[in-house]
Amino acid sequence: MATLTAAVPRIALPGVLKRQAVRKLLLLAVCAAVLVPLANARWSSGSWPDALTVDLTRPLTGVSDWIIDNRDSHPLFLYFFGHVSNAVVLSVRAVYLVLLGAGWAGVTAVGALVAWRAAGVRTALGTAAAFLACGLLGMWTPTMQTLALMVVAVLASVAVGVLLGLAGGLSERLDRALRPVLDTMQVLPAFAYLLPVVLVFGIGVPAAVLATVVYAAPPMARLTALGLRGADPEVLEAVDSLGATGRQRLLTARIPLARKELLLGLNQTIMMALSMAVIASVIGGGGLGDRVYQALASVDVGAALAAGIPIVLLAVVLDRVTAAAGERSGGAPVGTSGGTGSSGRAGRTYALVAAVAVALAGRTAGRLDWPDSWTVAIAEPVNRTVGWMTDHLYSGVPVVGGTADWAGHFTTWILDPVRDGLQGLPWWAVLLLVAAVAWPIGTWRTALTAVLALAATGVLGVWEPSLDTLSQVLAAVAVTLVLGIATGVAAARSARCERLLRPVLDVFQTMPQFVYLIPVVALFGVGRAPAVAAAVVYALPAVVRITAQGLRQVDPAALESARSLGATGGQQLRQIQLPLARPALLLAVNQGVVLVLAVVIIGGLVGGGALGYDAVFGLAQGDLATGLVAGAAIVCLGLMLDRVTQPADRRAKKGA
Amino acid sequence: MRVRTTAAVASLVLLTGCGAADMTKQASPFANAQGAKTLTLSVQSWVGAQSNVAVAQYLLEHELGYRVDTVQVDEVPAWDALSQGRVDAILEDWGHPDQEKRYVDDKKTIARGGDLGVTGHIGWYVPTYFAEQHPDVTDWKNLDKYASLFRTAESGGKGQLMDGSPSYVTNDKALVDNLDLDYQVVFAGSEAAQITQMKQFAKEKKPFLTYWYAPQWLFKKVPMTEVKLPAYKEGCDVDAAKVACGYPHTPLQKYLNADFAKDGGRAAAFLKKFKWTTEDQNEVSLMIADQKLTPEEAAKKWVDGHASTWKTWLS
Repeated sequence: MATLTAAVPRIALPGVLKRQAVRKLLLLAVCAAVLVPLANARWSSGSWPDALTVDLTRPLTGVSDWIIDNRDSHPLFLYFFGHVSNAVVLSVRAVYLVLLGAGWAGVTAVGALVAWRAAGVRTALGTAAAFLACGLLGMWTPTMQTLALMVVAVLASVAVGVLLGLAGGLSERLDRALRPVLDTMQVLPAFAYLLPVVLVFGIGVPAAVLATVVYAAPPMARLTALGLRGADPEVLEAVDSLGATGRQRLLTARIPLARKELLLGLNQTIMMALSMAVIASVIGGGGLGDRVYQALASVDVGAALAAGIPIVLLAVVLDRVTAAAGERSGGAPVGTSGGTGSSGRAGRTYALVAAVAVALAGRTAGRLDWPDSWTVAIAEPVNRTVGWMTDHLYSGVPVVGGTADWAGHFTTWILDPVRDGLQGLPWWAVLLLVAAVAWPIGTWRTALTAVLALAATGVLGVWEPSLDTLSQVLAAVAVTLVLGIATGVAAARSARCERLLRPVLDVFQTMPQFVYLIPVVALFGVGRAPAVAAAVVYALPAVVRITAQGLRQVDPAALESARSLGATGGQQLRQIQLPLARPALLLAVNQGVVLVLAVVIIGGLVGGGALGYDAVFGLAQGDLATGLVAGAAIVCLGLMLDRVTQPADRRAKKGA
Repeated sequence: MRVRTTAAVASLVLLTGCGAADMTKQASPFANAQGAKTLTLSVQSWVGAQSNVAVAQYLLEHELGYRVDTVQVDEVPAWDALSQGRVDAILEDWGHPDQEKRYVDDKKTIARGGDLGVTGHIGWYVPTYFAEQHPDVTDWKNLDKYASLFRTAESGGKGQLMDGSPSYVTNDKALVDNLDLDYQVVFAGSEAAQITQMKQFAKEKKPFLTYWYAPQWLFKKVPMTEVKLPAYKEGCDVDAAKVACGYPHTPLQKYLNADFAKDGGRAAAFLKKFKWTTEDQNEVSLMIADQKLTPEEAAKKWVDGHASTWKTWLS
């Protein structure tokens, strides 16, 4: 089949796609006609058959007890995990002490200096302002704790990522073996694997760092491999002809050539590590995340925001600095950019001296801690605003009703029918449905993975809650796509609109999800509706961005010709831009689905129920059997949703 | 090359202390920074627990010169963390017999720290404005009559019984089944979500039925009346599947890490003596959760007004 499609000329693609899709569906129908009666006779229809379920409660409880009983004495813990844990604690502590020792003035000065070298004056000023804002919000110490945690977690992620990336970049076979592993690591919602990490390492920083590494290492690995593969063959040949050994070739040619990808990988890793820093607070990671989490417990949105803003600021600063560093090193050869030469070097020296002087001045003045009086209390006005909003919007808005009514209607008219529909279908029909969606979009492999992943939730004994979670994801994705694509279209057509949107999207994307869990409850009540609302808020920016970018990249020639034929704006959009941006839209769907799933799970904290509740329950009660099974089912759902929405031609490009 | 590897391995071994690493002795990396005496307290997600910690923290810092770290951890993981020394004390425990047996009796890594002075009670509650209109709702036998009034979009045609965080002790699902009630348990997922929802209901004077517990500051903002469940008798809740009785009254307990209890000096002695009343706790909780004071400000206010109470904890 692969050779067939390859032979068809590119322009005829839509027609071919249609024909191919019909053929795939026919084949599927034939398979179903044979298999369904068999399955039906053997296991009957309805919900997932008991005969195909494996109960893991007993073995998992056994494992959990074994770990707790042997954690203080077994060699595996004494000589391996214990050292890992100690090493993490020692390094985080070392970084933290350095940051405290530098004092707030020193940290700000050095941060600005680094930003200036990497990204220019404007970013340097922004960085200094961001650090000072963290202090002003009264969050200096937690910010330093988070920063210390992040430094260690990012370094570890980069080390792991580069090692995996080297393996994948240098060996075709290892790359093939690693790809599904990285895929899985990336679609795992972070909440799902906190519990096993906690069980082995206990509550606290080591567990938080390790969970972060699992989450943040894959982009580094992917981009390293991509960079190594993409090295210019002519340069490599030249190096070879000079008689370089394999190691020399790697160190002097391939790695420097991959610098741009490596820096992009670093950027992605930092972003993911920061988003994990908050989730890790659930297992005692400390720092800003813990402040957000504690504020959530006392229903204090203002305090949660005060701790959330430094996270956003850190994310924006780190993003701009690493992205700028990546762009600089990418185009011009190293050395010509950024004003080096003698004047540049002198400037650098002066700046370094100035930074050290500021740090020392802070030290001698005895002002290492951020002065308590220099803080701005934002919690109170924020809470008043939130209070006003919920007072006036929750119910009793004339004509349109209040948010509580909408939430009720959304639950009754959309969430309930979708859930009941999915749970009412015979189990084999749900699997067939997944295959029928996945196969025409992707390859038979992706379709098979999707079907097996969904079947695995049945085998684990959580078929019903999985479908409940699935129904929430579907509803949230539908809302996200409608809003996201509409906004994306607006942003693509007007540069002004886009400029206005950019900071808003930045904030939504990096603001910890915990911050808006309470406002959504205040607006939508307890239940599945607030979980869906939180998920929409979180996934929207990615969908808007990808849509806008996809639309703007549509071939201008095609648009020009449409305009010359007298097409209206709406016609251009419908008939040219949207069809041509189809790959970007599919990518938006894929990203939307994965992001929505991550938050719908956290929705377990506001009454979302289903798998999210089980995961939270497992963590809260230390119940490995419930928590791990729910976690595994979430992973399976994530895999299924990712594969179902993954177009066949995207796999090669993924990661860029 | 060989030399370098050996040196690296040797320094790694030196760094990590040669032999076995003790998983029971691991403090937070943020503890004792810059030579300060530090201890770590665990805070549970409800506000009462925050109040205990806030006052203890304030006195430890201002009267005894300690630096106090707090970590928010759910109840069962907190026991685990306590046994490993990640946290030094739990100030409010609502009864975890399995954990007590495992860590206090068998492994002896956790020591009892005595009564907190507050008695806790779990129950089902309706808002008082509703109980006044329908006085018979306060007996569980009449609950079915009102099921339709408690219905929400989430409860699927039955009445809604709202439960809170998954970390709380609850038999409600079994109770609804065994008492054959026309209700659906809806889990709010966290105490914050539950409180937010209750406040919204109360603002509109809507009827609701909820799992709730005393002591709780929210009673001052949203007066609630308990619904009588079949009386609690010792042992009636042993079999989770057959339970058909209400919840006991529990004197809340403190627990300390065993090593800390022995070598913790003045801090450990102070925490063992820490004992106050339900009213005291509610006073601080109300300041934190409703007047939105920071825990530190609330603790300071309470400490300023109750010197005679806390002076005895320091002696």
